[in-house]
Amino acid sequence: MTDTLINDKNLIDGRTGKWEVVLGLEVHAQVTSKSKLFSGAATDFGAEPNTQVSLVDAGFPGMLPVINEVCVEQAVKTGLGLKAQINLVSVFDRKNYFYADLPNGYQISQFLQPIVGKGTIVLDLAEGEHREVGITRLHLEQDAGKSLHDQHPSKTYVDLNRAGVALMEIVSEPDMRSSEEAAAYLKKLRSILRYLGTCDGNMDEGSMRCDVNVSVRKVGDPLGTRCEIKNVNSIRYVAAAIEHEARRQIEVIEEGGSIRQETRLWDPGKGMTRAMRSKEQAHDYRYFPDPDLLPLKLDAAWVESLKAGLPELPDAKRARFVKDLGLSDYDAGVLVSEKESADFYELAAKGHDPKLTANWLTSELFGRLNAVGKSITESPVSAKALGELVGLIEDNTISGRIAKDVFTEMFETGKSAAAIVDEKGLRQVLDTGAIDVEIDKIMAANADKVAEYRGGKDKLFGFFVGQVMRAMGGKANPAMLNDRLKAKLAG
Amino acid sequence: MSLDSKTVANIATLARIRVPEADLPGLAQELNGIMTWIEQLNEVDTKGVQPMSGVLARDMPRRPDVVNDGGDPLKVLANAPEPAHGFFTVPKVVE
Repeated sequence: MTDTLINDKNLIDGRTGKWEVVLGLEVHAQVTSKSKLFSGAATDFGAEPNTQVSLVDAGFPGMLPVINEVCVEQAVKTGLGLKAQINLVSVFDRKNYFYADLPNGYQISQFLQPIVGKGTIVLDLAEGEHREVGITRLHLEQDAGKSLHDQHPSKTYVDLNRAGVALMEIVSEPDMRSSEEAAAYLKKLRSILRYLGTCDGNMDEGSMRCDVNVSVRKVGDPLGTRCEIKNVNSIRYVAAAIEHEARRQIEVIEEGGSIRQETRLWDPGKGMTRAMRSKEQAHDYRYFPDPDLLPLKLDAAWVESLKAGLPELPDAKRARFVKDLGLSDYDAGVLVSEKESADFYELAAKGHDPKLTANWLTSELFGRLNAVGKSITESPVSAKALGELVGLIEDNTISGRIAKDVFTEMFETGKSAAAIVDEKGLRQVLDTGAIDVEIDKIMAANADKVAEYRGGKDKLFGFFVGQVMRAMGGKANPAMLNDRLKAKLAG
Repeated sequence: MSLDSKTVANIATLARIRVPEADLPGLAQELNGIMTWIEQLNEVDTKGVQPMSGVLARDMPRRPDVVNDGGDPLKVLANAPEPAHGFFTVPKVVE
């Protein structure tokens, strides 16, 4: 398998030769649910400290966890979205460790029998390349609370609002070979989760967190010792942390040293990783089945019904946009990468030329939004309004050139295309008589140029088009103008 | 299976229990006694029997996804030694 992954452009030059980076990702994705995995406390982000905590989450004696059926459903849906095996029997285990923000002294997780097994995800790489990466497993577990170390000189403050919130830990195979691929993996996973509605993918609020396993080796060698980089909280940082960590490991080995298996932290301020001070002692989590929880059994028919109800996912949508709507693979990829963009496009293109609509969306609207730092959901031009503009081009009410001016005004004022066209009298002139009148005027005023054109200077055609267009305020139908002008100049 | 003093010391560390060096051999002997007692289970032939994590034959009960708990920080913090501004506080954890 590994041989097929070797791609020269991914190799890193060291002093002693070329090195291959081997990457595996563990993503913690917060399950979208109203209440926690095993308690009825709320999961909203940003609440006052300890206001969303039940006695179950706070680890009070005698409290029993009861599983949230929606969290189970979300995990299964995600597994199906990753084309993964759904395990009809799975078991919750206790992962034991001491930390101030873990009141029970253990995290309820799944170890030997996770709810979801092996799956795959397709990466969308540069130049329209696609590549599959294996998913090892997905399991359900509780989040820990939050520790604040900077509120007091000698104390750590603990907020348990997040304690017990459901997480899906999604583990990839060590199938990635460059920071670009790792970034593409995260983007695609985030996109799939958002299409499914099982995680909001918001890395800023910590609802998607990533640990990266990095090792290096000479091409053809067995896997090197890996280091785990913890909690890298943006796609950009993941790429930067990998770049730095790979070079660090290569340097250590080339200096004659060896890599210690350890957990490292990414320091975005310094742009480097450093070894974590504590937690060096090999972990011994002493996993065992949680005696408070019975095995989780799923009904095969229920899983099938979830499968039948899955929304169209980005890969399928892209394929449909290419096959049925005639879009290029690139344009389709841009449109489907965010669910909101795909929804916007489908609404805008309803009843209109799909390619023309795609062009207006990707080259005009996306460009404008980027320039003002807005997302598609904040667009001042609605999907329906963009569709109307495309409609005016299609039925020849305005030319494509005028449409750009109309679009600019739509973006700035939020007015509809039709209103702007009426207000400014931008309706395209389709009356050949009116066009002829203007052509005659221009030809009369430029008799010398007409003579030159007729004498063989074809290039002057553009000059006449420009003059007539200008005289008509850009409103002449370009095709008609070309036809009439050719005929008249021919004499 | 036999536990030596070193293993017992490690288990004590993992459980955050301080055990004086002198107590280790005695504890090891005690735990070994318990282990030997449990090891009698090995006499049962379990060939072809699925491992089980509980004795109840029923399905795991589930709850609907509704918020019906929380919202009472005072109750949650009632036993905390030094709560501050709605937080639990502990001696600084340095990372």
